[in-house]
Amino acid sequence: MSTLVLAEHEGGLVKPSSLSAVEAAGFVNKEKSITVLLAGSGPSLQEAVSHAASCHPLISQVLVAEADILKHPLAETWAKLIQLVQQKDGYSYIMASSSSFGKKYTSKSCGSFGCSPVTDVVEISEPRLFVRPIYAGNALSTVRYTGPDPCMMTIRSTSFPISSFSKDTNSDAVPISQVDLSTFNEETFGKSRWLNLTSQDSERPDLGNARVVVTGGRALKSADNFKLLEKLAEKLGAAVGATRAAVDAGFVPNELQVGQTGKIVAPDLYMAFGVSGAIQHLAGMRDSKVIVAVNKDPDAPIFQVADYGLVADLFDVIPEMLEKLPEKK
Amino acid sequence: MKIMVAVKRVIDYAVKIRVKSDKSGVEMSNVKMSMNPFCEIAVEEALRIREAGAASEVVAVSVGPAQCADTLRTALAMGADRAIHVDSGSLGLVLPLSVAKILKALAEIERPGLMILGKQAIDDDCNQTGQMVAGLLNWPQGTFASKVLLDKEKQVATVEREVDGGLETLSLDLPAVITTDLRLNQPRYATLPNIMKAKSKVIKKVTLEELNVEIKSDLEVVQVTEPPKRKAGVIISSVDELIDKLKNEARVL
Repeated sequence: MSTLVLAEHEGGLVKPSSLSAVEAAGFVNKEKSITVLLAGSGPSLQEAVSHAASCHPLISQVLVAEADILKHPLAETWAKLIQLVQQKDGYSYIMASSSSFGKKYTSKSCGSFGCSPVTDVVEISEPRLFVRPIYAGNALSTVRYTGPDPCMMTIRSTSFPISSFSKDTNSDAVPISQVDLSTFNEETFGKSRWLNLTSQDSERPDLGNARVVVTGGRALKSADNFKLLEKLAEKLGAAVGATRAAVDAGFVPNELQVGQTGKIVAPDLYMAFGVSGAIQHLAGMRDSKVIVAVNKDPDAPIFQVADYGLVADLFDVIPEMLEKLPEKK
Repeated sequence: MKIMVAVKRVIDYAVKIRVKSDKSGVEMSNVKMSMNPFCEIAVEEALRIREAGAASEVVAVSVGPAQCADTLRTALAMGADRAIHVDSGSLGLVLPLSVAKILKALAEIERPGLMILGKQAIDDDCNQTGQMVAGLLNWPQGTFASKVLLDKEKQVATVEREVDGGLETLSLDLPAVITTDLRLNQPRYATLPNIMKAKSKVIKKVTLEELNVEIKSDLEVVQVTEPPKRKAGVIISSVDELIDKLKNEARVL
């Protein structure tokens, strides 16, 4: 029995969310035969491959698919690649993190395989028994996969923290092999083309992995006021998040949205400013360890999940915090 | 060109759901049901494309029990031209893979140039059907769309997608599958005259046998439970107290 983890990489490193998928794979795969598949082209792929080969004790093999057409992750090419690898090696499980990357092609592959995927898994009770949230996390559904191999799933990375992760195990790097892409020609996927990606480069930690997250709601009133929140984030070494209302109003870009259909976060500290606490928002942050809510409205639902609530105007609180918080070392 | 839009009947987004005490699911009786919000966005987008002259007909489809006809009626009142209801009869829970197979069968009959779906349903939060139907049909997909531009001459859709790292743009040859994200558009309300007009529009009933789709279930729901509750927090009175608590009690600063 073997498991394939579909990994994302960035800047020559395997993404932490993909390493969470490796952690999750450890729950289904007791023999620890976990293969990681990386695709792309150029030097950053090669760096990510050597990182994958030595970064996690559960990984036993690294598969590399190098081709120009794989440089940008199109669902069509990835689905084809997964099919190719599965036909050759016959994995029992194929796993990925439920990022926008994992979501788009795991289900597409399942369409081709004719098996049901299990998305957004938060707990693996037995090898084929999974828990996943439904109704924005207001209920948990336990499902058993009874279909044939492969059992495909995406996991919620915040539920599988990287525990045994160690950076300095270079000594015993695992075998690396290339995927034979000779049957992989442009004609197969001439139907879609990648044009571009626009992103807001930020010095701050990534929202999905940050230890501290500060979030603003509609009450921040403008994009300019979000700068105030950014200052606080800087002081705390935090990532900035936002509610759907704040994104819809154009205060911040879409990738900052926390909630049922946005990013799911579970930092050590989550501070919500001017956030009312709609269930769709709570779905994205309810697993945070400590939740702080600052809101003028004492009846705001966010106070029902907050460990510490402060009924006050955020425009008074944030400047005061900026002044009184200790400098970050 | 024809656009096919899939819509799902779900518990209204504003309802606070209750888990049944026998853990078999969530309470569905006497609960307000509505069209899944992402499906409303899908209907709206299809209507806008038709109104811009790039499509000639919008066909709404739904898979589910008899009451799904109400949801299709809403789509018709918004402006869809006709509707198809695939009655799931006594099947109970229909998995996304089954829905995708049904949509594939319908697409082979209707031959739309574009299929638009919501990116996920707010009940099971699966986020699967659009991708699977694209996989089954071997059509290109543009998921989580925040902008769709259609080039009628070239038969190409340019789709801007909301991804983890920002906004990605793809170009897809038609026919293609598009799934909608929140910011694609603001769905219209059905006006009273349109609601009246919708009553005379056709909802065609189709059975699984007619489509020749075999429904197999490879996922079994063992139980549905309530998530663990967070323990009640405290209301504090000042920023000083907050900083003190975070430092000395929660130890997160």
